[in-house]
Amino acid sequence: MKRKIRILIAKPGLDGHDRGAKYIARALKDAGYEVIYTGIRQSPEAIAQSAIQEDVDFVGLSLLSGAHNELFPEVVQRLRRQGADNIIVFGGGVIPEEDIPQLEKQGVEAIFTPGTPIKDVIQFITTNEIRLTH
Amino acid sequence: MPENKRIKDKMQEWQDKILKKVLDKNPERKDKFTTGSWLEMDRLSIPESFSEEDYIEKLGFPGDYPFTRGVQPTMYRGRFWTMRQYAGFGTAEESNKRYKYLLSQGQTGLSVAFDLPTQIGYDSDDSHSIGEVGKVGVAIDSLADMEVLFEGIPLDQVSTSMTINAPASVLLAFYIAVAEKQGIPKNKLRGTIQNDILKEYFARGTYIFPPQPSLRLITNIFAYCAAEVPNWNTISISGYHIREAGSTAVQEVAFTLADGIEYVKAAIAAGLSVDQFAGQLSFFFNAHNDLLEEIAKFRAARRIWAKIMKDQFAAKNPKSMMLRFHTQTGGSTLTAQQPDNNIVRVTIQTLAAVLGGTQSLHTNSRDEALGLPTEDAVQIALRTQQIVAHESGVVNSIDPLAGSYVIESLTDKIEEEVWNYLHKIEQLGGMVRAIENGYIQKEIQDAAYKYQQEVESGERVVVGVNRFTVKDEPPREILKVDPALRKVQSEKIARIKKQRDQAVVQDLLKKLGQAAKDEKTNLMPHILEAARAYATLGEICNVLREQFGEYQESIVL
Amino acid sequence: MLANEVLEGKIRSIARAISWIENDHEGKEELIDALYPHCGKAIVWGVTGPPGSGKSSLVDHLIYRLREAGKKVAVIAVDPSSPFSGGAILGDRVRMQRHATDEGVFIRSMASRGHLGGVAGGTADAIKVLDAAGFDVILIETIGVGQTEIEVIELADLVLLVLVPGMGDEIQALKAGVMEIGDIFVINKSDRDEADKLKAEVEYVLGFKAMDEHSAKNPVLMTSAKLNVGIDELLDAVETYLQTILHNGRLEEKRRQRVALEIKHILAGKIENELQQFIQNDERMDEWIQNVFNHKRSPYALINENFKKFLEEYKKP
Repeated sequence: MKRKIRILIAKPGLDGHDRGAKYIARALKDAGYEVIYTGIRQSPEAIAQSAIQEDVDFVGLSLLSGAHNELFPEVVQRLRRQGADNIIVFGGGVIPEEDIPQLEKQGVEAIFTPGTPIKDVIQFITTNEIRLTH
Repeated sequence: MPENKRIKDKMQEWQDKILKKVLDKNPERKDKFTTGSWLEMDRLSIPESFSEEDYIEKLGFPGDYPFTRGVQPTMYRGRFWTMRQYAGFGTAEESNKRYKYLLSQGQTGLSVAFDLPTQIGYDSDDSHSIGEVGKVGVAIDSLADMEVLFEGIPLDQVSTSMTINAPASVLLAFYIAVAEKQGIPKNKLRGTIQNDILKEYFARGTYIFPPQPSLRLITNIFAYCAAEVPNWNTISISGYHIREAGSTAVQEVAFTLADGIEYVKAAIAAGLSVDQFAGQLSFFFNAHNDLLEEIAKFRAARRIWAKIMKDQFAAKNPKSMMLRFHTQTGGSTLTAQQPDNNIVRVTIQTLAAVLGGTQSLHTNSRDEALGLPTEDAVQIALRTQQIVAHESGVVNSIDPLAGSYVIESLTDKIEEEVWNYLHKIEQLGGMVRAIENGYIQKEIQDAAYKYQQEVESGERVVVGVNRFTVKDEPPREILKVDPALRKVQSEKIARIKKQRDQAVVQDLLKKLGQAAKDEKTNLMPHILEAARAYATLGEICNVLREQFGEYQESIVL
Repeated sequence: MLANEVLEGKIRSIARAISWIENDHEGKEELIDALYPHCGKAIVWGVTGPPGSGKSSLVDHLIYRLREAGKKVAVIAVDPSSPFSGGAILGDRVRMQRHATDEGVFIRSMASRGHLGGVAGGTADAIKVLDAAGFDVILIETIGVGQTEIEVIELADLVLLVLVPGMGDEIQALKAGVMEIGDIFVINKSDRDEADKLKAEVEYVLGFKAMDEHSAKNPVLMTSAKLNVGIDELLDAVETYLQTILHNGRLEEKRRQRVALEIKHILAGKIENELQQFIQNDERMDEWIQNVFNHKRSPYALINENFKKFLEEYKKP
């Protein structure tokens, strides 16, 4: 059984616009990854716990409501607090360019804004595959 | 039926002699041309056999069954569509300022955007609200916020549309209570609440309660308004969000009308007669990119709904058969790259809505994909409507594209496909059942996936994104919402709770809980009383949550 | 050491252990060996049924009730991998997410990764990990549509077969297997019209089942996950059933069979691995294919001859 890359796609907060998240999930499946989709209205705590139980390699957060500055870093912090620093967190949605540096400083390694082709997301994952620890 | 055989023969001649020569040297750009929703587009439309009976039956006249050409006899020659820009963010004070600005710039109706906690029935101080307060709309926690929102705006002189669904009853109660304080009786109020819970389950996500109790609340509102607030549109049955979720134009109409059928059935089951409430139903559609398809779509929708109301529900009053609708230009078609291009997109979409006969219109701002609109951007969006209205001339003749071969053939095609869906949904047992089964979600997702794949492959061109791109774009000014808002609102809530008569509120909430248990009781009067006493939105919704439970998302991927 | 952390109930370690199993990590066997002495306390329930029968929603309710009764619950939700891309969308946990922050609940999604039979190849060992980690009940949720996706029967102590009215003829497809697959039958979405009819059909089919003194009667229950109805009765029926098979020896017999199957399975796997390595040499395989294709050799003769050779070479020290 080959080692598979597992990715959690989640929507934190109250935003219910899941077209993008669902598309990413499906496209990543087509690219050969195992994608666990949590659905909408996930608290950062639920996302972190799910990511740990599923032992995922990546967590992708999708948010269009503007609450990213509060919610994305919290997911990262919760993962770190539980010793899951190996999990790579990325995000997407309606996120202004000027917020990206701060998010990156807080551990969100990539932000994919509207119009990003899926191949960029896949490129990000394949590039980071070498960092996988097990 | 008159034949158009001679035309067809001539066309064959043209194909053989003239067209063929050109195609042999310069083939067309593609093998097959389709609309944005994959309906086939003929190279050329020619008159189909079209008799006078066909005209009278299928087109008729504006303001008359089947309303294909419009719901009012004079349309824009009488009055322009309402220019109604969706707005709201941050505090009630800031939103109030934006409303006054828009009204001063010539907007003719208000449209309120609420933040997600408000839309989902959470107070700003609730833990679920962290990060979300005031972001996508205004935060309204109690009547006090509502009073600030409409301060200085006489509610008998504006019509207000509120985009609120699961807790629509509460926001309507707040609005009525504000009007009472302004000395305005309920029967003078004009406006709309979106109040369309079904689409929340599969296209928008701001649901609270499961379908049955939600339908109960909706029919409570229908009954209450039929009696007390007769000039109010009690529901805006929406296709906008369905299209934004990735559906085709056909699905947008089909699923919206199917939702409509479900609401009409629910209201009748609740004891209302169709002509009692159907005149207050309204709709909300998307104006997407493919101009011709969109115009045809609106016309088809009107014709189909008229038939449904007449044939399936035996409506007698013509008002019950009219599909009146608001339109919003498609947000998901706008790009973060080269945002000025969006102004052009919105213009085309405005034309689609106007040529399609909309009753009111919101035009998106160019910075749609970046954040909430700045004052500059929203002004251009409004100007777009004003220029089309005053400078383009398309408003001077009603349903000007009627009779265009391609428009009529697309209208017919869309109607046919919509009926197919409606029959399928009926077979599945109705819309609620179809949603539970995941059928609706799957249809939308497949369309969304196909669309996106075409964008990724470049087959579907998005200017500035997959073609005609620019390397380094200059930074754009965007609107920012104060993140400390949750604290501000929480303090407000604490003050309200101190100032109000706590015993009265507790009692009213308890009575509301009791009333909720009895399916036959109309909850609006109870909600209104609680609203007047400054019970918060969250408190009211929590009582209902206890009685109704919460909806659990069902996923189809 | 990973095994110790699993025994201590550390969530991250449990998750990592399951990943080792899924990925056939070289430390997997040692891990299972270390955990095995601590296995045997958990009860394993299989929850299977056709797509759309509402299994996940049902499982969500079961988790809730079991937690109220103080039990620690683990769930393995299996979904198929795409035969084209090898990827998978694992969406079952969506319906159970209200338990995501409950320390006493562990939910793990597993993709089939090409394994046929309805469960994942690593499910059996994943169960051991969860058992050793101290979970009282382990729920295996899988898709079961007919006679091919029934491996869950071998893994579980009892199987809940979830059916739903109005879905056409899948009851036909299941009729042949229904008697063997399910221990307890659940008619979900019981608020629907044909629920009673379906119940009657199932009971009718079960009436033909050969029973002996060791057989426990198979209850047929009606539930509605949506309306939260019938769940308590279901749990009572499960409890009763478990007590019965515990006391009449049937449970022990089942577990013994499971162990037997597992030993055979592991053994077969090892042998196949060795054989595969033996034939790893491309040349040899190409030659075999060529010879059989040209009808120079017939397949059985060719393989039997080489098999003998393999055994001889294998005996060499």
